[in-house]
Amino acid sequence: MTVSKWTAAKIARKVIDKKELFILDVRNADAFADWKIEGHKFDYLNIPYFELLDGVEGILPQLPEDKEILVVCAKEGSSVMVAEMLSEAGREVAYLEGGMKSWSSYLEPIKAADLENGGELYQFVRLGKGCLSYMVISEGEAAIFDAVRFTDVFINFAKEKGAKIKHVFDTHLHADHISGGRHIAAETGAFYYLPEEDAAEAVFDYTPLTNNLNVKIGASQINVSALYSPGHTIGSTSFMIDNKFLLTGDILFIDSIGRPDLAGLAEDWVGDLRDTLYSRYRELAEDLVVLPAHFMIIDELNEDGTIARRLGDLYKENHGLNIEDEAEFRRTVTDQLPPQPNAYEQIRQVNMGKLNPDHGEQTEMEIGPNRCAVR
Amino acid sequence: MLQANMQLDAKGLACPMPVVKTKKAMTDLAEGQVLEVLATDKGSKADLAAWASSVGHQYIGTVEDEDILYHYIRKGNNEPEVEKAFEQTVALKDLDTRGGMILDVREAAEYAFGHINEAKSIPMGELESRLEELDKNEEIYVICRTGKRSDLAAQLLAKNGFTKVFNVLPGMNEWNGILTKEI
Repeated sequence: MTVSKWTAAKIARKVIDKKELFILDVRNADAFADWKIEGHKFDYLNIPYFELLDGVEGILPQLPEDKEILVVCAKEGSSVMVAEMLSEAGREVAYLEGGMKSWSSYLEPIKAADLENGGELYQFVRLGKGCLSYMVISEGEAAIFDAVRFTDVFINFAKEKGAKIKHVFDTHLHADHISGGRHIAAETGAFYYLPEEDAAEAVFDYTPLTNNLNVKIGASQINVSALYSPGHTIGSTSFMIDNKFLLTGDILFIDSIGRPDLAGLAEDWVGDLRDTLYSRYRELAEDLVVLPAHFMIIDELNEDGTIARRLGDLYKENHGLNIEDEAEFRRTVTDQLPPQPNAYEQIRQVNMGKLNPDHGEQTEMEIGPNRCAVR
Repeated sequence: MLQANMQLDAKGLACPMPVVKTKKAMTDLAEGQVLEVLATDKGSKADLAAWASSVGHQYIGTVEDEDILYHYIRKGNNEPEVEKAFEQTVALKDLDTRGGMILDVREAAEYAFGHINEAKSIPMGELESRLEELDKNEEIYVICRTGKRSDLAAQLLAKNGFTKVFNVLPGMNEWNGILTKEI
């Protein structure tokens, strides 16, 4: 039997199209429990590769005959070994090229909407990590929001669309992933905006993001306006695009809300978070479509793979927007927090420009699931 | 880096090779001996620890120095638990009420990753040749990881004319006090 090599892009398609897949994950039990490739119709078996060194015969009965089988490990090497052993045992299997490392870094660009006068809004879905970035393109100009560190993806995408990157925004100083924002700006000559309140310790130049800042993209003037919305961080800022879309950053997600503790100031910021979610956003039009900077679980994906929901619907369905009692809200976002993201303190330092890890170190820091939310 | 019975160089090798090579190298070791594995693959630490426990070896620990990981694994003993033969024992929890000296007979690498501060290290295999380092007039509390090696060591000391010898039960695997490290 042959062993085939699948790319992260191919698996991303299977996730979005809700295809079936059987994943044999040969990483450590701890690594698997912490983080895996999520799919609506994926089945899993986790057997560490080092338990298969003497042969795969023992697990053959656990592998389905009627489904595609993908062997996954951290970097690829072990999955190739196990896939070849399975192949010799007469099974047809594939392995993930580059392993979970490549899955963590893959971005799937999906068109989220058409804007005024031929403008387009793209959502870049980082399925392996739950990060969402955005690009607005209008008449040869582009603006990028919350870019992750794979700067080439954004720069090449804009190039393919014939657009020049003019503005790069970060809604806040990220703690769960390394921002590509200022690097894209440096490479393309674009403005890089960051909320001043979050950037006090930043060691690079940026354009301060202020409340009600207005930026026009393209000749048809797609409108991007900033809305100060603190809580996840003290500087967290949202963006209104074309008066139809609301980029909420890490303040409001589809099925959860932001956590206020990643800069160590949960107690101080919980009031801001409450004000943003229960007052500032409340005053906005219910028909705005919320586009967050993260998704938490695969069930949040729409049919076309985007992550987007009407603000009015979130006020009905999102538990975090429906905690009437203020004391209970405070408890929810300070006491019942999930574990903090991997290396979040270091990642903040990197995003302030104080640490400059190499590519491999950046990958290590970002390993594992996203944990920016409270449900 | 630390004293070991055998060294395996797995530098520059990517997963799964560090574990594959370690597995093979372990077959050349006698039970109780320690293998030092040099690796550069960061994932080798978690994988070797998990592999070792899954097959009954003792993962002692890892030292990192200038991007090289030095892993220490002691070959496991799959024999059934034998009765402790040495009769003079003292409970680990009562150790701090006793005077005398503590003799740690685990391998040098195990000692390096954490020992009772004032304990003297003489690995079991070296004990017979280093008896002159011990004082017959002093009380000697022999400790190892579980109480098994220290039982044999205490018997060896008794056979050589030491009378004030106690086996500490259980051993360092249940020690909750302060650990001194040599790494």
